[in-house]
Amino acid sequence: MPDKVAIGRLSLTDFRNYSELTLRFAGKHVVFTGNNGAGKTNLLEAISLLSPGRGMRRITYSEAAREGSTGGFTLFAEVEGMAGPATIGTTAGDEAEGGQRRVRINGAAARTNEALLDHVRITWLTPAMDGLFTGPAGDRRRFLDRMVLAVDPGHGRRVADYEKAMRGRNRLLSEGRFDRAWLEGIEAQLAELAVAIAVARQDFVRLLTILLERAPGEAASRFPKAAIKLTGFMDDQQALAASDMETRFAASLAESRWRDEAAGRMLEGPHRQDLEVVHAEKSMPAAQSSTGEQKALLVGLVLAHARLVGDLTGAAPILLLDEIAAHLDPSRRATLFSIIDDLGGQAFMTGTDAALFSALEGRAQFLSVNAGTVTETVFDG
Amino acid sequence: MAKRVTGPEIERLIQLLARIPGLGPRSARRAALHLIKKKEPLLAPLADALAVARDKVGVCSRCGNVDTADPCAVCADPQRDQSVIIVVEDVADLWALERAGAMNVAYHVLGGTLSPLDGVGPDDLNIAGLVERVAAGGIVEIVLAVNATVEGQTTAHYITDRLAGMDVKITRLAHGVPVGGELDYLDEGTLSAALRARTNF
Ligand SMILES: Nc1ncnc2c1ncn2[C@@H]1O[C@H](COP(=O)(O)OP(=O)(O)OP(=O)(O)O)[C@@H](O)[C@H]1O
Ligand SMILES: [Mg+2]
Ligand SMILES: [Zn+2]
Repeated sequence: MPDKVAIGRLSLTDFRNYSELTLRFAGKHVVFTGNNGAGKTNLLEAISLLSPGRGMRRITYSEAAREGSTGGFTLFAEVEGMAGPATIGTTAGDEAEGGQRRVRINGAAARTNEALLDHVRITWLTPAMDGLFTGPAGDRRRFLDRMVLAVDPGHGRRVADYEKAMRGRNRLLSEGRFDRAWLEGIEAQLAELAVAIAVARQDFVRLLTILLERAPGEAASRFPKAAIKLTGFMDDQQALAASDMETRFAASLAESRWRDEAAGRMLEGPHRQDLEVVHAEKSMPAAQSSTGEQKALLVGLVLAHARLVGDLTGAAPILLLDEIAAHLDPSRRATLFSIIDDLGGQAFMTGTDAALFSALEGRAQFLSVNAGTVTETVFDG
Repeated sequence: MAKRVTGPEIERLIQLLARIPGLGPRSARRAALHLIKKKEPLLAPLADALAVARDKVGVCSRCGNVDTADPCAVCADPQRDQSVIIVVEDVADLWALERAGAMNVAYHVLGGTLSPLDGVGPDDLNIAGLVERVAAGGIVEIVLAVNATVEGQTTAHYITDRLAGMDVKITRLAHGVPVGGELDYLDEGTLSAALRARTNF
């Protein structure tokens, strides 16, 4: 049984519609209820910023600073983390900081924001992800990379470096600077990073597949099983050793300079990969499944990932489930809650109606959100 | 609006001090006050030292180090093995490696790394100077001590290409230098270990 990672306290200063708010959590699950626009999702977003990156809304930080406040926002949390009790502070959105987010852990500046992953891993599911299977491949890639990052903290850096090197190559080509030695230097870096990214994604897909196939019977009956596959880069070369893949890709990049220059971008690489998801039982691509089926497939993926993180790190991740109950019938809802319980991590959920969560009575703390104030409610549904 | 407590001269001193890396506005204020209180024992000799530095400090035409002499003290040192050159991005890296004291050899400061996105190309770096030094003969080894960043490694690759065919061994720092880790931030033990265990490029 994994150790429990949980947030005990969360303070927000000038974040979205909150000027100053401190919440204390009892270690159980947390359900935020309230009307549209009350500030429920904003609270989940604040928690999502306790992991590296730009949070579950992928914001530019200045937009999250409270309208009318002068500086940026600050978040502070006390967690029972993977390395024991810890405090996490983060601040961003102040023009003077130049778009950077600063992180302090246990009172000291963190060298990189990835250090957050030593303490908490956070996974989320939001209504904005509902179109994941029908939307652009880039969204699925980001979804995949976030999942990889939670089990492989070096992945974020790898992807960022790759994208930077790729932009550098694009720039050289678009400026007509066909400096062979310089391009070769960049392409050598690109090849190394591209293969590292592809291998990390492939390893992850393999592990997640094992967990998807092992989904407990109850979950399987309520949430259709997804089959996942990576496509779009070196698909026929998975059997090669990494160093051979690097050599081949570097050679292919050298050959495609003129083609890429004409296209205005790099036409081959892991930035063109896609995560293909299929409704396994029906052998139907997720994109062609019904709305409810798509949601259930997505829930199944996110929960399998949470289980994977728990298995690999020994602590279940914190789950942020925005509007989770809305599209599920009562029996699916009950199954979902029991799966979340089995995972053993702390889950934060939102909904407009507390009654949707009645099955969680006793297992969760119910907080009602009303125009930027939050009060504990005793469940009466 | 905060009220002014000092005249413009002292304000200016504080503003300038605040531009020094590691000094924020608060510590700049403290430093200024300290200097003013210690006018004779500290402020005066500091002002003299700054004036001398301004007049005499320059960039070594051979290696790119900063010094009051040209060639610099490192290049002119007969005790050093001048047949080995450690290539670094910045003078700060040179100083860091000297602090570690792992190798008593020569240096070459590039003045940055290749970065298309920042508009820094080969001609903006002191790469031609390095090729000239090697071409002049007497160099047996080039140690590429650039950072483990994408730009650093691209630059290392580029230099290796430019030196191809010349009779010189090219090595690089051993892995174990953290990825993206800037040399200047590494402790001396790590630096000298990375130098000792350098590998062929
Ligand atoms: N930077 C900001 N400053 C002030 N208010 C903001 C800022 N950004 C967003 N808001 C406001 O925060 C309010 C709450 O947003 P939030 O998304 O949390 O609502 P919600 O409770 O999740 O509602 P729903 O049930 O509709 O999803 C919105 O009315 C929004 O206009
Ligand atoms: Mg919402
Ligand atoms: Zn010199």
